[in-house]
Amino acid sequence: MSGAHSLLRYISIGILGVVFLASLFAGSLAPAPYAKQFREDPDSAPSRQHWLGTDDLGRDRFSRVLYGTRISLLMAPAAALLASALAGLLGGAAGYLGGWTERGLMAAADLVLSLPWLFLLLAVRALLPLNVPPLESVTITFLILGCLGWAASARVVCAGAKSLRNSDFALQARAQGCSEARLLFRHLAPNLRPLLLAQFWISVPVFILAEANLGVLGLGVSEPLPSWGSLLRELEGLTAISGKPWVFVPLLLLIVSVTAFQALLLDSDTDRELKQGMSA
Amino acid sequence: MKLRAVLFSLLLLTAGAVAQGGGQLRFCLRSDPKTFDPVLVEDEASERVRYITGGFLIRLNRLTQELEPELATSWKISKDGKTISFVLREGLHFSDGTPFSSEDVAFTLQRLMDPNLHSPTGDAFRSAEGKVLTQVTSPNKVSVTFPAAVASLDRKFDQVAIASAKSPKKEMAVLGPFYIADYKPGAYLQLNRNPNYWKHDEQGHALPYLDSIRLDIQQNRDTEMLRFLRGEIDLIDTVDAEYFNRAQSEQAGSAHDAGVSLDPEQLWFNQTAKSPIPAYKRAWFRSTNFRVAIWEAVNRDDMARIVYRGRAQSAVGMLSPADKFWFNASLRTRPYDPQAALKLLAQDGFHQQNRQLIDRDGHAVEFSLVTPAGNKTRERMAAMMQEDLSKIGIKTNVVSLDFPSLIDRITRTFDYEACLLGLTNMTLGPDAQMNVWLSSAENHQWNPSQKQPETAWEAEIDRLMRVQASSLDPKKRKAAFDRVQQIAWEQAPFIYLVNRHALSAVSPRLHNVQPAVLQPYVYWNIDRLSRNTESASR
Repeated sequence: MSGAHSLLRYISIGILGVVFLASLFAGSLAPAPYAKQFREDPDSAPSRQHWLGTDDLGRDRFSRVLYGTRISLLMAPAAALLASALAGLLGGAAGYLGGWTERGLMAAADLVLSLPWLFLLLAVRALLPLNVPPLESVTITFLILGCLGWAASARVVCAGAKSLRNSDFALQARAQGCSEARLLFRHLAPNLRPLLLAQFWISVPVFILAEANLGVLGLGVSEPLPSWGSLLRELEGLTAISGKPWVFVPLLLLIVSVTAFQALLLDSDTDRELKQGMSA
Repeated sequence: MKLRAVLFSLLLLTAGAVAQGGGQLRFCLRSDPKTFDPVLVEDEASERVRYITGGFLIRLNRLTQELEPELATSWKISKDGKTISFVLREGLHFSDGTPFSSEDVAFTLQRLMDPNLHSPTGDAFRSAEGKVLTQVTSPNKVSVTFPAAVASLDRKFDQVAIASAKSPKKEMAVLGPFYIADYKPGAYLQLNRNPNYWKHDEQGHALPYLDSIRLDIQQNRDTEMLRFLRGEIDLIDTVDAEYFNRAQSEQAGSAHDAGVSLDPEQLWFNQTAKSPIPAYKRAWFRSTNFRVAIWEAVNRDDMARIVYRGRAQSAVGMLSPADKFWFNASLRTRPYDPQAALKLLAQDGFHQQNRQLIDRDGHAVEFSLVTPAGNKTRERMAAMMQEDLSKIGIKTNVVSLDFPSLIDRITRTFDYEACLLGLTNMTLGPDAQMNVWLSSAENHQWNPSQKQPETAWEAEIDRLMRVQASSLDPKKRKAAFDRVQQIAWEQAPFIYLVNRHALSAVSPRLHNVQPAVLQPYVYWNIDRLSRNTESASR
């Protein structure tokens, strides 16, 4: 690993560490409760009292960013983990077993990909009870995202598993009498790990943004709980953001965090394993 | 002195030239019109096109709120309130040259009241079962007889655009200042000056001043505002408060606040017996003390100041003060008073325990509040209510739902607890309120379609609404409707939050603009609007 790469890795770890710690200790660091409305001071510019100003209801933006980071950085990876696990299971099985299993599972993945998500999510929301506390609503939101977000990753994993199944080392192992179970769990699954990790890291920002979009449909995090998604809604409308650079802070945080995740991925063992796996 | 007089005359002439500058007016419709048939209009875009292209017998002046003669020079309503007789202007022609006569009025009225056409405009005239008779007594005299008395009969003709009985162009032949020249769905609608329009200004110049109007179909309000600020369109008839401030700061003199409009934002609780909500919650919602306490516990002045940037005012009751004649001036805005709210709640056995409000059976007071998703203004209002109600120990779960799901819940399944919505009132007075306030009405939102009024006050409102609807004496009608407003204020089936202001943005290039509080706010006098020709040629 070169010096520049090590530096990038340390910087990324440092950034993510600071962001995680800040969100973890939001209760101590936040100057005000995230829901408290300073009604004499709505939509204000940064000041000593409100470091990032206030939103249009007078809520301290810095406090909301801290709490919103906690929600998004916990929930989006959890949803990504669920989606990647499903993708690994279904895509891996499809790729390894091939034949009708592959055709059936990939048809299911195509079906999920072609579903009008919007209507599906609206239907799901319509079925849910109305009196759901904000924290439960955010969990449900990310759970839905996780359950529906496996299909694209499954296709990639399927392709990876298929190429591994037909790879030289798999043929060699079979020729030497290695059982199918041992081949699957000892040789093929570890080789799929970098692929799954890549899908996981790609899914995290996708789910963060998906949650932001769902907010517009009423499926996102409900008031007054903040999330990166709900904070990004402040940027909706060009008229709302002119002359107020501080409202971009949640977006900046999202970009920095996602970039740091990607930098870690690119410079990690995963990346190297991925490259090796591909070249193998 | 003479030189000054000459200069002054020149100035006046120049001003006159600017005022009659012709040119093309451009603004946006937020959706495609669903129909150009004036009888079938029910959506906003079609209504706006009808307003600009239609010729009307009588028109409500949006500024003075008085009726003015248009195609009819005079009219008379019979004593029994069933018949209205018009004397029409003579020598008028439709945009395609077809002569206008009383037969066109009879034709329009027959279509309007044709049960097979289900005209939404015609619904306002349906006072009883039976046929509507039209009698053409001469080419310029016609009378219409309804099966029963129709209150405010003449005012209802403000929505009736006269169509030609003989023109081969059917509804495309119009009597209004502009006619439809071109339409590209999803893109634009081109309206050209009607060469046969009958009106002239005080100096005898033919109206309208403008040569044409281009209505761009533009759903996105951001884009609409950006196009306005870039000078690509000349007006935005209805502007949200945040866009209003932007227009005000970036283009001085372009933002117009005509004052409080007819439109309220309101909240109601579900009192429907067949709703699947717990019985103890329905009992809260059916308590007048509970509803009034909620009304008093919400700081509506803050809502108007923060959510509407001061471009709204705390609502008094079911009518806005903008409805000058019908508003009950003896009513006062309920003040924000959480302590008074707690006292009212205590009368019903509610009490606070660990800062949480508990009912007499020990249930914590918590309800969900549904509001349309994507409507930032209402989401902000809901968040403010959530904060205010938490101060008296009530937990509110705000749920944003897509509009079809919300409508389904409030009209079919009744699976909701409280709802926050806004209304757009297009007409003055109680005529359009019948379908809300009669307990048997489907739009009696808090408890619709009742076979018998379930409360004494709803029975009284039913009686009063029927009195005002059948009476032809304006004083008697006003007295009855004042009492309805009083009962609505006392019982609070709807909790009125704020009345929005009538906000619009108008380019300084436009002349003769007189923003009103009745829609359309800006172009209600479209035939007298003119555009600076210098800018128009750019």
